[in-house]
Amino acid sequence: MTKITYWGMALFSFISTISMAPMAAFADDRARPTQLGLRDAATPQMERITWFHDSLLMYIITAIVIFVTALLVWVVIRYNEKANPKPSKTTHHVLLEVVWTVIPIIILIVIAVPSFKMLYYLDRVEEPEMTLKVTGYQWYWGYEYQDHEGVNFLSYLIPEEEIDESKGQRRLLSTDNVVVLPIDTNIQILITAADVIHAFTVPAFGIKKDAVPGRMNETWIRIDKPGTYYGQCSEICGKDHAYMPIEVKAVTKEEFKKWLVQAKEKFASTGSRLPYELAFNTGVQ
Amino acid sequence: MSDHKPGFFTRWFMSTNHKDIGTLYIIFSITAALVGGWFSMIMRHELGDPGLQIASGGQEWNVWITAHGLIMVFFVVMPGLIGGFGNWFVPLMIGAPDMAFPRLNNISFWLLVPSLLLLASSAFIGSGAGTGWTVYPPLSSKLGQPGMSVDLAIFSLHLAGASSILGAANFITTIFNMRAPGMTLHKMPLFVWSMLVTSFLLVLSLPVLGGAITMLLTDRNFGTSFFDPAGGGDPLLYQHLFWFFGHPEVYIMILPAFGIISHIVSTFSRKPVFGYLGMAYAMIAIGFVGFIVWAHHMYTAGMAVNTQAYFTAATLIIAVPTGIKIFSWIATMWGGSLRFPTPMLWALGFIFLFTVGGVTGVVLANAGMDTSLHDTYYVVAHFHYVLSLGAVFALFAGFYYWIGKMSGRQYPELAGKFHFWVTFTGVNLVFFPQHFAGLAGMPRRIVDYPAPLVPEHLEGPFVNHIEKIKWMASQEYGYHLWNYVSTMGAYLSGISVVIFLLIVFYTLFFGRKVGENYWDAIPETKTFEWTLSSPPPFHQFEIQPKVK
Repeated sequence: MTKITYWGMALFSFISTISMAPMAAFADDRARPTQLGLRDAATPQMERITWFHDSLLMYIITAIVIFVTALLVWVVIRYNEKANPKPSKTTHHVLLEVVWTVIPIIILIVIAVPSFKMLYYLDRVEEPEMTLKVTGYQWYWGYEYQDHEGVNFLSYLIPEEEIDESKGQRRLLSTDNVVVLPIDTNIQILITAADVIHAFTVPAFGIKKDAVPGRMNETWIRIDKPGTYYGQCSEICGKDHAYMPIEVKAVTKEEFKKWLVQAKEKFASTGSRLPYELAFNTGVQ
Repeated sequence: MSDHKPGFFTRWFMSTNHKDIGTLYIIFSITAALVGGWFSMIMRHELGDPGLQIASGGQEWNVWITAHGLIMVFFVVMPGLIGGFGNWFVPLMIGAPDMAFPRLNNISFWLLVPSLLLLASSAFIGSGAGTGWTVYPPLSSKLGQPGMSVDLAIFSLHLAGASSILGAANFITTIFNMRAPGMTLHKMPLFVWSMLVTSFLLVLSLPVLGGAITMLLTDRNFGTSFFDPAGGGDPLLYQHLFWFFGHPEVYIMILPAFGIISHIVSTFSRKPVFGYLGMAYAMIAIGFVGFIVWAHHMYTAGMAVNTQAYFTAATLIIAVPTGIKIFSWIATMWGGSLRFPTPMLWALGFIFLFTVGGVTGVVLANAGMDTSLHDTYYVVAHFHYVLSLGAVFALFAGFYYWIGKMSGRQYPELAGKFHFWVTFTGVNLVFFPQHFAGLAGMPRRIVDYPAPLVPEHLEGPFVNHIEKIKWMASQEYGYHLWNYVSTMGAYLSGISVVIFLLIVFYTLFFGRKVGENYWDAIPETKTFEWTLSSPPPFHQFEIQPKVK
């Protein structure tokens, strides 16, 4: 990618900002067809990832590619048979070799320092304000609000035939039961699976963790803006791997409290726990 | 008669001659490439538009991606680079009459044939092995894949693994014991160095894969629970074992490519390789560090944050020896007197594209960054830039460089260049847009992606594609546009394969006959193969050559 892509991205976000102006406080999470970069960030996690990628890595890797390409073009022009009929005999240059060993090391250190800072920031939160437990099943997701007894449900893909675009539903992304989460809250997410490995991903939140049977993985988010966010299972999990999306609706804290009351009624039949069909076939038939 | 060749059956089916076995490997590799490439074509066709085009569903899709990955790794790149060019040119370059163990060499090749048949049968018996080439349990356990397909795939990998271990032992013995007098390790051609390092990686890593898939086999069939949490096992154990093999494996595929590129660059620059020792030790360093970075494939699996930090640091370090190689190739050309026949074009293409694939590797090395990019198309783009556009470019470079030596006939120059440019355009169209799809969050290994369905008047190949592109770009969401571009690139790459096959056919039957040193290699870059006739005699070096 070159700088041009960044102008393209800038132009695109400019246009989308204008068109979305009346709803500026509301996130508009989508992968646009002509998008060249990362999804718009909706959490401090993703903001850091975006900064690291767009403001550091992109410059470094673009510069390296341009540098190598320029050298290649130069040798092709300057040292082709016609331009340089007599080849030199140089095969060593200690200083040069030291330089092209040391400079890459310096560049790597420049990358590594913010990389480690970000890694430790993304890892976990000391004092979460609430916990969401996510369980991957073949081929749907289960959600448990562990601080709120009885708010547990399963979430399936809305099949293609039933997608209602007038309601803003999206093919292969919208689900029947949407995960509702409050904004401005440190949310701990616990992730596991009941059958095979899945991966819980929401690109706009900057999270991706494998859901591994027999293990409990942890990550955390703090959502900035209300809105609907989408993700997809990101670890191959069998025939319907493409058909188990994640849809999150982020609301204000007040709205979240109201939703909890409704949810308790709506999901009362699910019971206090989700099914754990640890249906492992250990080989004995 | 000093050059007595055995009869057809004895020569090709009971072969002990390294050149004949090398030829068999190359034929095998090209055949497997057509099968694996066919899977690429139907996969790209499937993803050209949202919705299902030709796949019956996700399982069939998963079988395709699994077969594509395993075939390309085990039956195309490895047999082509190691079995093919390695067998042909390691003995020639070190001045040896043959490999150390000619019959072992033969069985190494013939194990691959049943191995490929087992893999093919795994795709057609039952519902197929739909696990991805990594074969992660529990998806690959009886729970995820109940039929016998995965068992067949495991046996296939056992045979391919045994084949490679035997071949590697053969190379190590040959290189250590059969070099011409005067050829110390520090005077050995770089391709031989690359094969030596590769062989050590094979011998050290493949047994670990063998162990992992054997444990999987007993989990599936004999009631063990190595990877089953219900029995006290852990799925992540498999991932660690797999990638302890899997990461060295990617260097196994690229190191021989490094070797080939070094020779081509130096021959056509009319200059010895710049920083020879640095080049050799960079390969050793890459091989060594390649063993201690495996878990960067598992950043999102749930490892401790300190472990992730270690693997980030170790992975970044690999960029240093890789950079040394890139810069040394450029320094080799610097001050040279460059010619640009087809193999040199492929070599230059390799250096450029490997750099692009390398820098996205630096991006992915960061565990935090990988949170966004893991298991997305960005990763697919990255590893195809280093393998499909790296290792495969080196395969083509080696083919055009040595086909005259191997067959005695030269390829048509103009057609070779045309093949290069069509392939270069095609594969970049396939893989560059995948970076964008990946950054936007498109997961890999999905049969269908979020995007509005194509309206009826834009369905099918015979529509106004400008109008279709405008329609795609104007949609509210989805990954359609980049997938469409990628698929168009795949069609072009498919055409380039046909061009290649025509060139092979023409070369073998009508190619111009060439002499021993048909590239006019200068004495400083002239390795032993250029002192022999083209093709070399059935038994070469009856008088042992010497290195001064």
